[in-house]
Amino acid sequence: MKVLICIGHVPDTTSKIRFTDNASKFDKSDIQFIIGPYEELALTRLLDIKDAGTDLHITAVNVGPVETEATLRKALAMGADEAVRVNAEPLDALFTAKQIAEVYKKGTYDFIVTGKESIDYNGGQVDGMIAEILGIPSIPSASKFEIMGSVAKAEREIDGGKEVVEAAFPFVIAAQKGFAIDPRIPGMRGIMAARKKEILVFEPSEQANITKIIHHYLPEAKSACKKVAADNVEELVRLLHEEAKVI
Amino acid sequence: MSVLIYIDNKDGLLKKSAFELASYGFEIAKNTNVDTLAVTFGEIADEQVKLLGKYGVKKVIKIINPQLLGFSAQAYSSVISEVALKESAKIVLFGNNFDGRAFSPRVAVKLNAGLAPAVVKLPSSYTPFIVKKRAFSGKAFADIELSSEIKVLTLNQNSFHIVENPVDTTVETFAGTVPAGAYAVKPIEVTINSEKLSVTDAEILVSGGRGLKGPENWGMLEELAGILGAATCCSRPVSDLGWRPHYEHVGQTGKVVAPNLYIALGISGAIQHLAGVNGSKVMVAVNTDVEAPIFEAADYGIVGDVFDVVPKLNQALKKFKESN
Repeated sequence: MKVLICIGHVPDTTSKIRFTDNASKFDKSDIQFIIGPYEELALTRLLDIKDAGTDLHITAVNVGPVETEATLRKALAMGADEAVRVNAEPLDALFTAKQIAEVYKKGTYDFIVTGKESIDYNGGQVDGMIAEILGIPSIPSASKFEIMGSVAKAEREIDGGKEVVEAAFPFVIAAQKGFAIDPRIPGMRGIMAARKKEILVFEPSEQANITKIIHHYLPEAKSACKKVAADNVEELVRLLHEEAKVI
Repeated sequence: MSVLIYIDNKDGLLKKSAFELASYGFEIAKNTNVDTLAVTFGEIADEQVKLLGKYGVKKVIKIINPQLLGFSAQAYSSVISEVALKESAKIVLFGNNFDGRAFSPRVAVKLNAGLAPAVVKLPSSYTPFIVKKRAFSGKAFADIELSSEIKVLTLNQNSFHIVENPVDTTVETFAGTVPAGAYAVKPIEVTINSEKLSVTDAEILVSGGRGLKGPENWGMLEELAGILGAATCCSRPVSDLGWRPHYEHVGQTGKVVAPNLYIALGISGAIQHLAGVNGSKVMVAVNTDVEAPIFEAADYGIVGDVFDVVPKLNQALKKFKESN
């Protein structure tokens, strides 16, 4: 079985966010880039399924300039079998989804896995867009996933609960928290093996950008925290009622 | 031409978020001189329809189709797109919740529309179309420009006030076409969490961190949540340790929330946690460490032990609730 997993190249979750060029661009200086946390869980789960005996060939794919190869290399070190980079700036979700759909069509993949959203622009769009472009079903916000022979079983979070689904291949599934518990840390052996693996580079297909980020803002600074003494909780209740008006 | 709003309903009943969406959609419709319409799946009670009218929705389109066999992102999106085309929708609006996130990207592809996810404000301009959205998991915001003819938006919960704009509402039924193969992903079983309120719906959240020392100590948080009509949630270590279920995790890689009141108990306030909760209107923190970063994000703070403060707070709140 062959799977295509989309690997996001995003700022480390501990990053302080800054902007440049009149706040029109994200400032990448001093930023450590990582595999998106949801994609890391997704890849971990695929590797677990493979280790448990399912014949699974894992291709990691990213749409991005050459600097994202370091992130793809990490996916290879974790255990992905091969990697593909589509050589383009992913500025628009539809553009990105189109590129992934093209990679899918070039291979003989059985399904596609993504993270539920990128932690930079929080679009959460690419999984649904790929599925719609390809005309195949999708499983959003999946918190569990297993392959049982010719079908897959997944659990997805819904408002106030969960839903179990059974899926025939092909489909697109978006991983969220719970998909795997702890992300796999690449070992020395994986890191060495990843150095020898080739990253295939594809040129992008044409697709106009119809969305564009034009300006960034940081949240407004909070006013200083009003401290209340631990033995005077009545004062906190009064403040929440009379000043903040939230109770 | 119209603004079309997707409204989710639970057994025919609407949630508060439906009225936020209607109010937001009506405001855009008013500014662009078009009607506000809503689409929903299944039967919906008449008095609920009337409620949508109170917030400016002129027509409600109910989708009734026996071929819809439960949730399918593909099938639902396809039918919503049909309605959007039929009604010449220029804007299709969803809530930024599980349904909205599942349908909006597919509807955008079908309609060749640009998608602005997690918007927090009305558009700042209509030509060009520019709207402010959440970015970097709550650490920032961004203006996104959509240059497509049709636009798809998802509105962040609790980011727009409900405004009454009463109109007469008509109801229409539409079947739509379910695409072949959509149920190759088949819903088998739905489980609803026993809690009354979900983390994303609640207007007040009571959140616990590692300072609670163990799952056995959540009783006092649940009591506090009960008094305030709040939902309980937690920080990442707490859900990773299995003290609380994953769906309660709020923060950058869990749920990003924006309640009216967020009460952080025994949470130090790592940058990833703050990113997910700094959209809260008012934040209260209780922590033993005066240097904890949570106090920089909080509006009100108590430096103290949660085991001492929370029971006292519960007593004080009970008294307050009885006299108010």
